[in-house]
Amino acid sequence: MKAEHTMKLMTANHPASANADSQPDAGQVLALANDVDPCDLALDGVTRIELNFPKFTDGRAFSQAFLLRRRLGYAGELRATGDVLIDQLLQMKRSGFDSAVLRADQNPDFAQRQLQRYPAFYQGDAGSSAPRFTASPSSEVQA
Amino acid sequence: MYQYTEFDRQFVHQRAAQFRDQLERNLAGTLGDDEFRPLRLQNGWYIQRYAPMLRISVPYGELASRQLRVLARIAREYDRPDAALLKTAQTTQDGLGNPRAPKLRCGYGHFSTRQNVQFNWIPLVKSADVMELLASVDMHGIQTSGNCVRNIASDALAGIAVDEIADPRPFCEIVRQWSTLHPEFAFLPRKFKISINGAREDRAAIAWYDVGLQLVRAADGALGFSVRVGGGMGRTPTISPVVREFLPWNQILNYLEAVIRVYNRYGRRDNAWKARIKILVKAEGQRYIDQVEQEYRQIIEHDGAAHTITQTEFDRVSACFAPPALSTPRKHPHDKVGDILRATAQSDVEFARWLQRNVHPHKNPDLRAVTLSFKRLGFAPGDASADQLDAAADLAERFSAGEARVTHEQNLLLPWVRCDQLPDLWRAARALGLAKPNIGLLTDMISCPGGDFCSLANARSIPIAHAIAERYQDLDELHDLGEIDLHISGCINSCGHHHSGHIGILGVDKDGREWYQVSLGGADGSSLSGPAQPGKIVGPSFSAAEIPDVVEALLDSYRELRQPGETFIATLRRLGAEPFKQAANGARHVADALAA
Repeated sequence: MKAEHTMKLMTANHPASANADSQPDAGQVLALANDVDPCDLALDGVTRIELNFPKFTDGRAFSQAFLLRRRLGYAGELRATGDVLIDQLLQMKRSGFDSAVLRADQNPDFAQRQLQRYPAFYQGDAGSSAPRFTASPSSEVQA
Repeated sequence: MYQYTEFDRQFVHQRAAQFRDQLERNLAGTLGDDEFRPLRLQNGWYIQRYAPMLRISVPYGELASRQLRVLARIAREYDRPDAALLKTAQTTQDGLGNPRAPKLRCGYGHFSTRQNVQFNWIPLVKSADVMELLASVDMHGIQTSGNCVRNIASDALAGIAVDEIADPRPFCEIVRQWSTLHPEFAFLPRKFKISINGAREDRAAIAWYDVGLQLVRAADGALGFSVRVGGGMGRTPTISPVVREFLPWNQILNYLEAVIRVYNRYGRRDNAWKARIKILVKAEGQRYIDQVEQEYRQIIEHDGAAHTITQTEFDRVSACFAPPALSTPRKHPHDKVGDILRATAQSDVEFARWLQRNVHPHKNPDLRAVTLSFKRLGFAPGDASADQLDAAADLAERFSAGEARVTHEQNLLLPWVRCDQLPDLWRAARALGLAKPNIGLLTDMISCPGGDFCSLANARSIPIAHAIAERYQDLDELHDLGEIDLHISGCINSCGHHHSGHIGILGVDKDGREWYQVSLGGADGSSLSGPAQPGKIVGPSFSAAEIPDVVEALLDSYRELRQPGETFIATLRRLGAEPFKQAANGARHVADALAA
């Protein structure tokens, strides 16, 4: 089955909660602009990478996230920052993000619901690389 | 046709439910208009000049009768503005001038050049109801707009063409599924359109697409694609280069992933006019191709080539496209059918013309493909009323195994018509006004909705189409003029494909008035038109009133200059544009020019 549809969500207007889990001494945090090629980076010792959405319609960080997870095998925290809206969380999750700092005006109460809309998808993603068509026939029936 | 699985069906219902939630949050004020915009666009909902426009996805144009009936119901019950809105809209349109322009209409579906169906008057508050209704017949508006991978276009004769190398539809469907809600590619720099052609003749305008795929056979018989990337119309008309001569068929998703990932990372986002992939491919040239090849190798060698199409999946999808069994056994031997058709044609010139123009050869010699013409006076090109959509559903059921296809030229094609039923179909279609024998001729023009509906348009398209159609109603004359592609766009976004018309007409806005640029010699890539290329502009733009005279002057010149049997485009290619330019410029109304 797919990885569970959950993400660690923080809100930008509650910096305390956003920082509560951030242990700067526990590891190295990298904040990347969305035109940086992640393949150029040294990731040893990095425990969190923050990828930025300057506008929610700028989708470059989705590709960065995919490359970090699938190409580079990065297993630490991958956090979405910037113009992060609840309606893109599902995409973020599927591209490899596991945490996000929501834009200040976003209502986190509506957020988890957006992650649970679909039981499965056609194509593979950063979490589960196989597309639906290679799934076993039994999962076809349950869907 | 592709048969939805239970998964597919649930998926579009979930999508409709997701859209309802988004709409309700927008109406409640908790989801702002700016944040809602890309979400509604990726479900097909634009906000247009007077009302929303819905673009419904019709994958590679294929429609079942039951789907046509739901489209009819949407036209009848939902494509209804309230009286005050319609009155305001009409008053505003009247203010644009041109008293001969047809009045705004509602209650219609519109076939688009990319084989989709559009509605112009559905109130946004009812949009979620319409999406649910569509989901009930396996339809949706997923990714018919927005900066994502759009609906896949193809040849309307896919799977039945006599010149077919391989049926493109299984690949269209597999690519459709792969691109549907692709998490990485929903916010590309700009829209992304794919067209797939499986025949020797390019009837899918593949060189004009962001990605154009041509099915080919290698010397050893292996099936694959020749891949073009970076075509497009708009402000910078561009014919795509071939970036790969041969890609094995089962690698197409992996390769598309590479093409689109490189675009997503490096395509321009600072200027919407330079954000299409064609600009990146032009700017980077071979470097772009090298990057894609490198990314593709990484997907294969490092990521595990997860989206290699399995034989099992290909077979599953292909099985959906097996030809339907004929509903009743053939009554007549083949030669007898031929005799009946010939006799009918001899006694009725209209039937003969219909056979010649609207009836197309078929892989199965007992069958024909038949185009229902939605190019008739009094209707915008490609418009179908609720009753006509219902009637088309009936015709598809009676004569074509319950299937119809939306064509690039904005008509409906019936793909499975038995030869012996051609006279019956002709009579039925004629009674509905859908048997006009003008397919491929001047009045079978392509036109976008233009400034009657679209908020992007600089000028109206429909009144221009109407004025030209009105002038060329004589069938003898139309047939004498022969095959010609006339394409009309209301603005440079080129939804009416003016760049690829033998005669292209483009609406432009000068000083708040409607003007039109005329171009000559464009080609979509078909055998008739020759290799894809944009037309060349003949000179300063013309007024709406001048356009029919310009078209007439062009066609009169053609008749003077042509050699026996030569088409308009062949004459233009042989002589060059100069004599035609002179004719067009000679048709200017001197008084208008002085006043302007």
